[in-house]
Amino acid sequence: MNPFDYRRAEDAAGAVATVAADPRAMFLGGGTNLVDHLKLGIVDPDLLVDVTRLLPDGVEPLPDGGVRIGAGMRNSDLAADPLIRRRYPVLSQALLSGASGQLRNAATTGGNLLQRTRCVYFQDVTMACNKRRPGSGCSAFGGYTRYHAILGASEHCIATHPSDMAVALSALDATVVVQGTDGERRVAMTELHRLPGDAPERDTVLRHGDLITAVELPDLPFAARSRYRKVRDRASYAFALVSVAAAVDLSDGVIREARIALGGVAHKPWRATRAEAELRGARPTEETLRAAAEAELAEARPVEGNEFKPTLARNTLVATLRDLVEEERTR
Amino acid sequence: MRVSFEVNGHEVTADNVWPGESLLYVLRERLGLPGSKNACEQGECGSCTVYLDGVTVCSCLVAAGQAQGRAVRTVEGLAESGDLAERRLSPVQEAFVEAGAVQCGFCTPGLLVQTDDLIERTVGQGGGVPDEAEIREHLAGNLCRCTGYEKIIDAVRLAAERTAAQRDGGGPA
Ligand SMILES: Cc1cc2nc3c(=O)[nH]c(=O)nc-3n(C[C@H](O)[C@H](O)[C@H](O)COP(=O)(O)OP(=O)(O)OC[C@H]3O[C@@H](n4cnc5c(N)ncnc54)[C@H](O)[C@@H]3O)c2cc1C
Ligand code: FES
Ligand code: FES
Repeated sequence: MNPFDYRRAEDAAGAVATVAADPRAMFLGGGTNLVDHLKLGIVDPDLLVDVTRLLPDGVEPLPDGGVRIGAGMRNSDLAADPLIRRRYPVLSQALLSGASGQLRNAATTGGNLLQRTRCVYFQDVTMACNKRRPGSGCSAFGGYTRYHAILGASEHCIATHPSDMAVALSALDATVVVQGTDGERRVAMTELHRLPGDAPERDTVLRHGDLITAVELPDLPFAARSRYRKVRDRASYAFALVSVAAAVDLSDGVIREARIALGGVAHKPWRATRAEAELRGARPTEETLRAAAEAELAEARPVEGNEFKPTLARNTLVATLRDLVEEERTR
Repeated sequence: MRVSFEVNGHEVTADNVWPGESLLYVLRERLGLPGSKNACEQGECGSCTVYLDGVTVCSCLVAAGQAQGRAVRTVEGLAESGDLAERRLSPVQEAFVEAGAVQCGFCTPGLLVQTDDLIERTVGQGGGVPDEAEIREHLAGNLCRCTGYEKIIDAVRLAAERTAAQRDGGGPA
């Protein structure tokens, strides 16, 4: 680890100006990903700007019926928040399915969104990795690909985004509030993360120095019955092989709306728009649910070592939808 | 860099701290508190668990500067008296010894702190003794490569039951 400075920022504008002016400066949230990366040598900053004290850290209702989540809010506090548990259970469930109690107590909303892939080759600085060192190649092809992408990947990178929370936020149509050098702007959660294409070193559309200050959720009444289902190699404390965040608006036996996102399958939380389109206006029979899942995964392209994932994703999606429909029926 | 914070009720200051040091390193190497263990140093094993402002964290992933002005409680702070000669083990520590939940002991300090937290959040808040699923989930971030966990679960249950009995007026168990 090379020497660097640590500074605690007092205000957002100052923090943004400081980081934007120094290509090697980085924001520090809870540190559960960044401190790890410092030790592994994945990043080499000259300055860490701690933003946890200046960022809002609560949940507030918005006049339009939505809610605003402070980017400094700890994952455990967000998961336990009564408003979130009641109105957006999928978010609470996603958070609680991730990491461990100790890590959730430290991790922030902003840091969770910008955590980096857990691809073992990205984390091993002795290996080629286009995300860590552009142009060096991708070691994942032909390697350990259990956690790698089956949708939207490129020949340059098949890494997945590891956040569970981000999958729930994508399904909920969240908006990310970002402060940059030229003021505040809003980015749709579904647009925040990128597909790798030929620039896998860029995880998101943010620019250097952009600070996430909040995440907003729209008023979405049917999200009160939403779910997160995560399939992993052990019952707790493991990243997702595949996960599904879903909410279904069912009335008079017809699906009016569905919001679905998949985790563990792509470089970004994968919003399942094809499945949603199949479900809209349909009766929730087993065949419809299956057809929706088939439609979403029609273009899945597994690589050697993760051939099991399209089937796993399809079945997990159907099972999640089935549970939701069942819950609606017996309400 | 100078870092000052509270550890187990005492104000401490460490000088010449390098920003790349973890809170775990500062505790162990600068403050003479080697109870918290450094096993994985990647947030995976929980052996470095400490309280930071009342919630448990992996101190290996806390940068030293992040602790400035905050309150830390380590495994050394669980025992009931600060006076070494009179120090009594906490109910959680006693239960671990009695239940045979300690083998090599490397995971034990982290488990003790995380168990203390579980009991505080359940029995300590007027709730019941946590069931096995709750215990396992709360301790999911604490890995043990010796015991197979069964005795650890027994110890947690024993400590929780005793704390509940004491709370409900039975006096010290
Ligand atoms: C052992 C282990 C298991 C885990 N398991 C899971 C799991 O199952 N599921 C899951 O979802 N996650 C898991 N995680 C990851 C964990 O959720 C993340 O490490 C955490 O959410 C990151 O948040 P943080 O605040 O600590 O971020 P930091 O480590 O502080 O920062 C992460 C990145 O975000 C940037 N950043 C931080 N805050 C901001 C901001 N406000 N604006 C702009 N940039 C910012 C930093 O510069 C850095 O690049 C696991 C982690 C570990 C160590
Ligand atoms: S040493 Fe901190 S979690 Fe393993
Ligand atoms: S007793 Fe040896 S690691 Fe748990």
